[in-house]
Amino acid sequence: MSADGRWVGRSIPAVEHRRHLTGDGAFVDDLQRPHLRHLAFVRSPHPAARIAAVDAEAARAVPGVEAVLVAGDLGDVAPLIPALARDDFVPVEMPLLARDRVRHAGEPVAMVVATSPHAAEDGAERVRVDYEEEPAVASLEAAIAGDAPCVHDDAPGNLLLDVQFADDDVGPDFDRAAAVVEATIRTGRVTAAPMEGRACLAEWDRREDRALLYTSTQVPHIVRTAVAGILELPERRLRVIAPDVGGGFGQKCVIAREEALTLIAARAVGRPVKWVEDRQENLTAGYQGHDQRYEVRAAFDADGRILALDADILCDVGAYSNHPFTCGVEPLMAATEMFAAYRGGRYRARARAVATHKPPMAPYRGVSRPQIVVVLERLLQKAARALDLDPVEIRRRNLIPDDGFPHETPTGLAIDRGSYRESLDRCAAMLGYADFAERRRAARESGRLLGIGFSCFAERTGYGSQAFSQRKMTMTPGYETAWVRMDPGAGVTVAIGTSGHGQQHRTTLAQIAADALGVEPGRIEVVQGDTDATPYGWGTFASRSTVVGGGSTKRAATALGERLKRIGAHMLEAAPEDLELRNGAVVVRGSPDHAVALEDIARLAHLEVHKLPGDIEPGLDAQASFDPPGTFSNATHGAIVEIDPETGRVSVERYAVVEDCGVMINPAIVEGQVRGGVAQGIAAALYEEVLHAEDGQPQSTSFMDYLVPTAAEIPRIEIDHLETPSEFSETGAKGMGEGGTMGAPGCIATAVADAVAHLGIEIDTLPITPERLQRALRSARAPEGEAV
Amino acid sequence: MSDVHLIRITVNGEPCEVAVEARRTLSDVLRHDLGYTGTHVGCEHGICGACTVLVDGAPTRACLMFGVQADDCEVETVEGLADGDELSPLQAAFSEHHGLQCGFCTPGFLMLATALLRENLDPSDEEIRDAMASNLCRCTGYQGILEAVRAAADAR
Repeated sequence: MSADGRWVGRSIPAVEHRRHLTGDGAFVDDLQRPHLRHLAFVRSPHPAARIAAVDAEAARAVPGVEAVLVAGDLGDVAPLIPALARDDFVPVEMPLLARDRVRHAGEPVAMVVATSPHAAEDGAERVRVDYEEEPAVASLEAAIAGDAPCVHDDAPGNLLLDVQFADDDVGPDFDRAAAVVEATIRTGRVTAAPMEGRACLAEWDRREDRALLYTSTQVPHIVRTAVAGILELPERRLRVIAPDVGGGFGQKCVIAREEALTLIAARAVGRPVKWVEDRQENLTAGYQGHDQRYEVRAAFDADGRILALDADILCDVGAYSNHPFTCGVEPLMAATEMFAAYRGGRYRARARAVATHKPPMAPYRGVSRPQIVVVLERLLQKAARALDLDPVEIRRRNLIPDDGFPHETPTGLAIDRGSYRESLDRCAAMLGYADFAERRRAARESGRLLGIGFSCFAERTGYGSQAFSQRKMTMTPGYETAWVRMDPGAGVTVAIGTSGHGQQHRTTLAQIAADALGVEPGRIEVVQGDTDATPYGWGTFASRSTVVGGGSTKRAATALGERLKRIGAHMLEAAPEDLELRNGAVVVRGSPDHAVALEDIARLAHLEVHKLPGDIEPGLDAQASFDPPGTFSNATHGAIVEIDPETGRVSVERYAVVEDCGVMINPAIVEGQVRGGVAQGIAAALYEEVLHAEDGQPQSTSFMDYLVPTAAEIPRIEIDHLETPSEFSETGAKGMGEGGTMGAPGCIATAVADAVAHLGIEIDTLPITPERLQRALRSARAPEGEAV
Repeated sequence: MSDVHLIRITVNGEPCEVAVEARRTLSDVLRHDLGYTGTHVGCEHGICGACTVLVDGAPTRACLMFGVQADDCEVETVEGLADGDELSPLQAAFSEHHGLQCGFCTPGFLMLATALLRENLDPSDEEIRDAMASNLCRCTGYQGILEAVRAAADAR
């Protein structure tokens, strides 16, 4: 414990560690059941086709195969039709199994249940599907072309959402601008690639007439509501458990068709059924994201301040909308959160969700903010060049000043206090910015390409139902409820609807509750990921769990503490307001010897209730909810990169983060989130890209094609912290799970652009693969007019 | 189903006899026939290394080796690292340095590092980074893993 007796702020080792270090973790595929059956999917090899016929006879003859189910066998089971209550949104149906048409390679068409995974896969290979191939649209450009085939008949032009924002007349600002800069920024399609793919185990408990679904999810309650709806089950008859979950990063915060289908399969064969996605399925049929194009034009005054921005945003959202966030999540986020850290000016945006014959998009760590950051940083970098300003200075001038809070953005977001300029100044100092120009010049003279880049951003986190309702979601996530209970032995259980899957929430929430109750975190058990054992809640995504789950935990633990004090007051014959919770006891403030141990209170409250005052009920529990407006973390990332002029390979020499997420509950866990996020952002900037051929065929089907970086590629990440407590959160903490991924692409892109600026090369397409960069370097070196 | 072979393999010092189909991988045998589910399978094509175990002391992708190939072999898995309730110094260092988050890749990294530290009594930072670059972690950005291995090496 720290000197002031608080656990918040300490890097205690996570309680979750031990099970994973000893091999005692239990991920879905680690679960065994007697008579377990295994499920394999038959997936479309074509991106666009009509299904003429399915013949499962040969599959049924495979030894071990017990059932083959196609769409027609599912009966009245409802499809998913994710919706937003907006006129500019086109809801489209996502069937569980494709019936007449397939809309992306990897779409499930049939499922095979067998006595072993091997037999299920043998069976799946023998299901014969006759497809009539149709032309596919596999890129944004192809999808919005006038004569493009429609992915959905009811979505002409392949537009699923078309929104206009803050439709100001931005013209005059461009007329009076000292500089106008334009860019077309493209970021490649990426995928979360959690080390554990998706996985489910479903069983029907005939004795209790209930279904049990173990699933590798971030959102067990959302899964329960959705799957119960699909199967027309009362929710109380479905229990969803997220056991240990091997990463999610957004891919598991939406409903997978396979979750409902595994349960349907278990019902069909009357046995428990397990489905474990393999890596090829995860890479080709799992949710993806960040496949976006921005055409932007910005007007700057002579001091480098942004006067106006005009943006045309296209998001390739694949073949279907995800439930519950819909395909609107990327375009709406891109358009509304363009200006946050940077004050901006007049703002006009059009944002479209475009359907293609590719796997559907789901929120992936950062959701459009990595793209926004690239866009703004590149515009500022170009404007600095046009206006002959220092690129760090132009950023500083546009950031929210220290006395600029509360700040309202052009789209009406309220930004709480942060440390925007200070984080930039500190980051620049960490990387030796003052001397860098000389380093870069010397490197160039010796034929080396060295560059420095920065990104400054705000990370909207911990937002409640109000924010989600503004997106016009038909179900609005946001609040969280905690149950905090003390047992007769004075042990504490916190039950919460957030669902950590690597973020060590069982540790951080215990630290929060420990301070509220004056006990050690080791006395506190945090229960999550089980719809039977936790209050209804929304799970873990959007960097919400510490703010919202932590806030409700603090409120409920504080309420329990008040109850303990009331009983303690009775036992001590003192006034409750004179008491405090400390060292596992209720203590008279200023008189530490005058105390009663929580064990004695807990015993009284449960086992000797006849000694309680008449106005106090038996038992020790409390419940509280928290539904905050949202809070903004901020950070500056800086990187120094070196480019191999021959191969185009980019190496990150140094990477520095100065971040401010308010009060840190557990700094080591915060740093782990930052570093992991940065690694994913560097990956998206330099290495990873889900590629599809022009005809829609997936080309990134293994980890040999989809290049998740290793320890050889990810540099040491230096971190400095600022702590500006949030007034919008119970604990002063701000969320910070996605910032690493938001900041890195813009930081790397501007660093690479800086290194090649003298060659006239613009870096506007990510990832910056060696191939792309080498081509640009060759073009730049080639004499005018010579083809390369 | 007739293609079944009887193999003898020693797992964490315990001799086992298993009847396995020829096509079952070592990870199938360990996880599903013998119940050593600490060894995880992340890609089934030898890139991610989550399934790394030691076969006769050498780090091996259990997804790329058939069970029958492990006949008469000594296999070490993550379940064998701790001494009863006491974590090995390497396991303790992973916790101390926050070298894990979701924990799915952790057993593979632990086995990889166990082999490195046995082979190399005084690894340099670059040797540690090079060895750990055999496996993928999606959560940590690797720094905690590298620091944990460094600390375990230094503590000897």
